[in-house]
Amino acid sequence: MIIGLTHYLTLAAILFTIGIAGIILNHKNIIVILMSVELILLAVNINLVAFSTQSGDLTGQVFALFILTVAAAEAAIGLAILVAYYRNRGSIAVEDINALKG
Amino acid sequence: MQADAIFFWVFSTVLVVSALAVILAKNPVHSVLFLILAFVNAAGLFLLMGAEFLGMILIVVYVGAVAVLFLFVVMLLDVDFAEMKQGFVQYLPIGALIALCVAFELVFVTLHWGRSPTAAIAATPSGTIANTAALGRVLYTHYFYFFQAAGMILLTAMIGAIVLTLRHKVGVKRQNIADQVARSPATAVEVRKVASRAGI
Repeated sequence: MIIGLTHYLTLAAILFTIGIAGIILNHKNIIVILMSVELILLAVNINLVAFSTQSGDLTGQVFALFILTVAAAEAAIGLAILVAYYRNRGSIAVEDINALKG
Repeated sequence: MQADAIFFWVFSTVLVVSALAVILAKNPVHSVLFLILAFVNAAGLFLLMGAEFLGMILIVVYVGAVAVLFLFVVMLLDVDFAEMKQGFVQYLPIGALIALCVAFELVFVTLHWGRSPTAAIAATPSGTIANTAALGRVLYTHYFYFFQAAGMILLTAMIGAIVLTLRHKVGVKRQNIADQVARSPATAVEVRKVASRAGI
């Protein structure tokens, strides 16, 4: 059985769907929401690398590298905000974060 | 079945199962550990596809930095995670519905995508060079400014994270470099006439 592009695309689609479902199911826990976002970005990276290697074009891998960079920066900033918020309010429950409600 | 097919099925099965465990685990520490497992398997898939550099970077950046950061924050914050798990069953139907919609759209795209005949393949170094060297040749020439911008993004993230979490405690003596540099002999040095065999 030859493993082709379709296998990788299907795998990435499953992973993306799991990430979306994770955001909705764990809507109270912001840490798991951040982890679900990482899963979604991983699915996108699998897509980019699969297309890149199948078509012999390195652009996809360069973009995957940039996505990796942005994801790392996002995780660092997000977790830093979480730590700062926990210090100020003593809670990181999503429903408590409603000070900006108009 | 040849070896790469076996490895694909092993890696992808473990990847999907661990991704499900990430979102279903009761304990966030277990979620982070399953996230690490998912990233390691994704790195294996990248190796299988021939993108060795990205596979190694995935392990170094994600497993080595991001996942450890998650683990650190989960263990640092004293939060009642069991209480956060409430409403899980209540949101299961709508979560499944939205996931099904997304899955349907993705399956539709996967079955019907096609490459535009006018799509150009960008410049890729030819010959038999390794993936890392080829990636470097593209990254440092065609995408040099984007590469610099990525560095600026990381610098911004680093400064932002430090500024957000830095705390100045009162009562701790800190070095103030501006004060030190601004000192002049007029304010710092005092000449006194000291009598012989006497202290100040």
